[in-house]
Amino acid sequence: MTIAALLGLLFGIGLLLAGMANPAKVQGFLDLAGSWDPSLALVMAGAIAVALPAFMLARRRRLSLSGQVFQWPQARQLDRRLVLGSLLFGVGWGLAGICPGPALLGLGAGVFGFVPFVAAMLLGMALFELLARRKP
Amino acid sequence: MQIDLIHFTPWLSLAGGALIGLAAAALFLLPGRILGVSGIVGGLLQPLPAKERNWRFAFVAGLIAAPMLWRLIAPLPAIEVKASMPVLLLAGLLVGVGTRYAGGCTSGHGVCGLARLSPRSLLATLCFMAAGFATVYLVRHVLERAA
Repeated sequence: MTIAALLGLLFGIGLLLAGMANPAKVQGFLDLAGSWDPSLALVMAGAIAVALPAFMLARRRRLSLSGQVFQWPQARQLDRRLVLGSLLFGVGWGLAGICPGPALLGLGAGVFGFVPFVAAMLLGMALFELLARRKP
Repeated sequence: MQIDLIHFTPWLSLAGGALIGLAAAALFLLPGRILGVSGIVGGLLQPLPAKERNWRFAFVAGLIAAPMLWRLIAPLPAIEVKASMPVLLLAGLLVGVGTRYAGGCTSGHGVCGLARLSPRSLLATLCFMAAGFATVYLVRHVLERAA
């Protein structure tokens, strides 16, 4: 519990420092044909460079450092759901410059535009629960 | 293409990225969970046992508190939302539905999945990046130019 809260905080500080919390900057990264801001490629590079050895370590262990079962993602299939879902997500990401992490962070920053975005995002997630859970 | 050297922040972005990676690493190495924001939030919309709900709530609370805590120490960096209200609503809906169908977003697929060398996450990341690039191209260089 406490650990999850602290790591949410750390993740948020990382987003703020990296510039990911600013939708205008995210769109600057997605605008290849304009004046392109490559910063976000470095955000991913930095994040993966730190996370990769951690997952390698985890793979060699039976239980986590605090003795819990690792919840490895089980899905393996490269299917239409994955592709179409990711494409829809990418369109939304491009339109607003906001993905789920920065969306929640923006609420805490008190910037108004995040309120309708998060409301619609939660509605979209609830729609998925209604539609997709029934026919897997 | 020309590089926007005025807004390019290589060191801050690398450092921020490293903190994001550290959070993802610790969430897996300690409680054994994947740091995927869409999955964490989506789980809160499911009937899950209290233990599963609690850590998710705690993570979201920490994330929302981050800018508040930051402001106690330093002024917040610029956070500028350019999209109009209807566009924000449409975008939010697409992000909500899309990430849940895809089983992940920028954090779950883009950071954790790529760091696990998952082919599924690589495909997801290529798809949402491509769609993001195409969307901004279409909006900025086709629609807005025509208008």
